[in-house]
Amino acid sequence: MQENFGSKRLVVGAHYGLRDWLAQRVTAVLMALFTLVLLAQVMFGAKLGYERWSAIFSSQWMRVLTFVVIVALLYHAWVGMRDVWMDYVKPVAVKLALQVFTLAWLVGCAGWAVQVLWRL
Amino acid sequence: MADTTQTQERPVYRNIHVSQIVSYRLPPAGIVSILHRVSGVMMFLLLPFVIWLFDVSLTSEISYERFSSAFVAGVGFLPGWFMKLVALALIWAYLHHFIAGVRHVWMDMTHSVSLAQGRVSALVTLGASAVLTLALGLKLFFF
Repeated sequence: MQENFGSKRLVVGAHYGLRDWLAQRVTAVLMALFTLVLLAQVMFGAKLGYERWSAIFSSQWMRVLTFVVIVALLYHAWVGMRDVWMDYVKPVAVKLALQVFTLAWLVGCAGWAVQVLWRL
Repeated sequence: MADTTQTQERPVYRNIHVSQIVSYRLPPAGIVSILHRVSGVMMFLLLPFVIWLFDVSLTSEISYERFSSAFVAGVGFLPGWFMKLVALALIWAYLHHFIAGVRHVWMDMTHSVSLAQGRVSALVTLGASAVLTLALGLKLFFF
């Protein structure tokens, strides 16, 4: 266990800074790869219509991958929006309200997207 | 303990006030940075619209018709060209955020950061996102 007293005592933060910094990059890479995978499927093949478009999201692996990307987007956007609120909004009450709004907005959107994905 | 009463004037650095923003000239990297934010917030706010598109394009063949007609006949009181404009704004936001993000990860991983490199990669980011947006905009509106 790490020493956390005397001169080694941690006096700043809960180290979520590094965690969020890393998470934002990992989720970004995931979403970028998803973009390429989706783009490849859209670009190559027959003329794009409902049939082929829905077929792309009907395969189980694509559904799981899309789900992972939805969760990644949720976390990525949360970290980003939290940064924006922390930088520009000073009053604690307003900041908290905006953060709660952001979470509700993102969780709501993610729920909707997952619903669309799994009723296919 | 003679100089406790007479302290030298120290420089004070304050945050930039909103009213001063226009008079600050940002370097290309600064422009990329603020646009990275702007594009992120844009996509955050338009997220329900994107999921609505995802919804109507996938749910059924009938709803797919609504998806494609949204950009021709429009949705509700919003005309088709306006929907295309919103889509184009999203396309730019995605491209800029994507390329600026790749620039970030690349700088994080290689540690090869200098003033000159930062400037060039920032200009490349701005140029690439603009050119790609223009190309996709032409496709969206005219082809």
